[in-house]
Amino acid sequence: MSSQGVKINPVIPSCMSAVIWGAGQVLNKQYFKGLIFFLFQCLFVGVELFTGNYFTYDFVIRENGGFFVKGVWGLVTLGTKPRQMTLAGLTEGDHSIVLMISGIIAALIFFIFIAVLCWNVSDAFKTRKEYNETGKILDTRDYLTKLWSSMFHYIVMLPAIFLLIFLVLMPILFSFLVAFTNYTKANMPPSNLVRWVGFNNFKSILTLSAWSRTFVGVFTWTIVWAVLSTATCFFGGFFQAVLINSDRIKAKRIFRGILILPWAIPGFISLLVFKTMFNGQFGPISQFLIDIGLTQTRIAWLTDSGNPNLARAVLVLVNLWLGFPYFMALMSGVMTGISKEYYEAAKIDGATSSQEFWNISFPLVMRSTAPLLIMSFSSNFNNFGVIYFFTEGGPINPSYQFAGYTDLLISWIYKLTLDQQLYSIASVMSILIFIIVGSIAIFNFRRTKAFKEM
Amino acid sequence: MGKRKNDVDLENRKARIKNRMTTALIYLELVVVSLIVLLPVTWIVGSSFNHTSSLATSSIIPKNPTLDHYIALFQETDFLKWYGNTLKIAVGNMLASVVVTTLTAYVFSRFRFKGRKGGLMTILVLQMFPSFLGMTAIYILYLNFNLLDNLGALTVTYIAGQIPYNTWLMKGYFDGIPQSLDEAAMLDGASRLRIFYQIIMPLAVPMITFLAVTTFMSPWMDYIFPRLLISSDKNKTLAVGLFEMINGNTNNNFTMFAAGAVMVAVPITILYMCLQKYLIQGITAGANKE
Repeated sequence: MSSQGVKINPVIPSCMSAVIWGAGQVLNKQYFKGLIFFLFQCLFVGVELFTGNYFTYDFVIRENGGFFVKGVWGLVTLGTKPRQMTLAGLTEGDHSIVLMISGIIAALIFFIFIAVLCWNVSDAFKTRKEYNETGKILDTRDYLTKLWSSMFHYIVMLPAIFLLIFLVLMPILFSFLVAFTNYTKANMPPSNLVRWVGFNNFKSILTLSAWSRTFVGVFTWTIVWAVLSTATCFFGGFFQAVLINSDRIKAKRIFRGILILPWAIPGFISLLVFKTMFNGQFGPISQFLIDIGLTQTRIAWLTDSGNPNLARAVLVLVNLWLGFPYFMALMSGVMTGISKEYYEAAKIDGATSSQEFWNISFPLVMRSTAPLLIMSFSSNFNNFGVIYFFTEGGPINPSYQFAGYTDLLISWIYKLTLDQQLYSIASVMSILIFIIVGSIAIFNFRRTKAFKEM
Repeated sequence: MGKRKNDVDLENRKARIKNRMTTALIYLELVVVSLIVLLPVTWIVGSSFNHTSSLATSSIIPKNPTLDHYIALFQETDFLKWYGNTLKIAVGNMLASVVVTTLTAYVFSRFRFKGRKGGLMTILVLQMFPSFLGMTAIYILYLNFNLLDNLGALTVTYIAGQIPYNTWLMKGYFDGIPQSLDEAAMLDGASRLRIFYQIIMPLAVPMITFLAVTTFMSPWMDYIFPRLLISSDKNKTLAVGLFEMINGNTNNNFTMFAAGAVMVAVPITILYMCLQKYLIQGITAGANKE
């Protein structure tokens, strides 16, 4: 066929490409590009064929399926045969969780290939259409140049997209899916199969009194904690910033250098140091109180179940020690940025220094730091470190399911996962956290200018 | 007349006294708070030089200061190896994070393309999901690909985890750099990559420093991922090694922990102090993206 004047309907090359990837490109005389698409198809089919065993008379997906087919099969069924003891010995069973994760990975990779296929089909269509209109076909080299400039943004983001899909999105999908299974310590693969159970876990958390009591208790404390810790650090930091920037103070640098220390010292080290200082048996703080005669007995700061509010108060104070310098540093920065003219004008009008503070410094600092309050609230809501290193959730609360008085939702989930291996319940909890924190953040974000400009 | 003058004097004196009292109170408050801040710090430093190793007998000013615990740290544990591991992870995380995150943020800030809005919303949502909730999945992923107990894989986990939050932060900063600069360079025929590293990067130095410092720091503080993904002693990070010294029922390694804590905290504290200015700029810029 002569290439001049023959008009082929662009649907034809795109249909060809849909069957044999790159075939449409070959018809469009873009041989190299066609080859690349074809190699993608070879890779796609090759992976499936080589990882599976299709050339057999008794084909069973469980045994002969390839990466993609078996992956999807595993995700849907979660395995059909558990590991069993038979006369012949231990048979190899299905590991539901491995199947599930492999299934998610296979599905994600499958979607990537589907994306390449869509690109391939639409490219064949577009190229032919353009040829029909202009009579020109870009050679591969020109195409690559054009591709680089028109796809620059996607190409540059590839590493980030790849990492996000496999190390952030995949784990989140997994932990969401686990909430709909019966994956717990009592039902561990590979000797048992995990099953899909729908919303049963959600139901049992809402209906079993021990679970709902723990959830309500831990959730309430998490909210109280997030409010208290954010407020104490924010206003404590503000207060220190005002004092340290006061004109009356000399040696500002020395004080600032000292007060900023808790921010600079790695948090987990400070927390472990405080944990030993507040140790009920050997801790120096109790010792000091005994030495000066304030108490007769040692105080179990963090482990006294009879007085959980003591542990909670100590926790908030220690967190204040850790957290106020950040806000102090931040607000000092904001305050030094306030134009001196405001204060001079106020002086001329005869304002007192407290009036200056309440009418100039306070509103200006609040305005530029208020958004951080929400950020700080949500990070305190999930402040795992302070619980894990300092109180370990204690004192123990016997009426809770595996949680102590100072446990936050996040540290409770950690205990449910790693100590109790109640994975399905833990997943339900993380979905709940996700919904709560997520809606706060989205609500907050929708009001910002950044959103409207987006 | 004379009486009135006396009154004025008295008023002035009262005001002066009140003024001085306020100043004294402020000094008093600052000194007390400084002492509260310094107490745990000096206690841990003092303990690390203490003669005995038990928590009960350690004191702020040791009677017979000794370097034994520091020596033991290097001789009896793999402390130096842990230090090296953590440093490797920190540097790797810092370099890769800066490259990946700034490029992604640049694209989100300067390009308009299909899926941009969706992408931004997705990372906003992903950023709120505490990364360790997905750790079981990451564990099994690495188990399948034989990547457990591998420092590189641990580093990649950190790099991926920081992308959503920091991309938002960087994008906000880039948005503040006038677009006219890009356009002028574009007219001069500069390529997009060149615009990025010759125009945008230099203008974003404070924010990039902030990103570099925070990503460098995080492996020093994180305990959860290394505990889960690293099993051998030689691949441990500092946080895991130190935590294990103190997390037993017997606190007999307390002074060794103290020595290790000092060895970790001193360089990091110095680094923070030197880069304070950039860190504060970074946070304020993050806040002002409102």
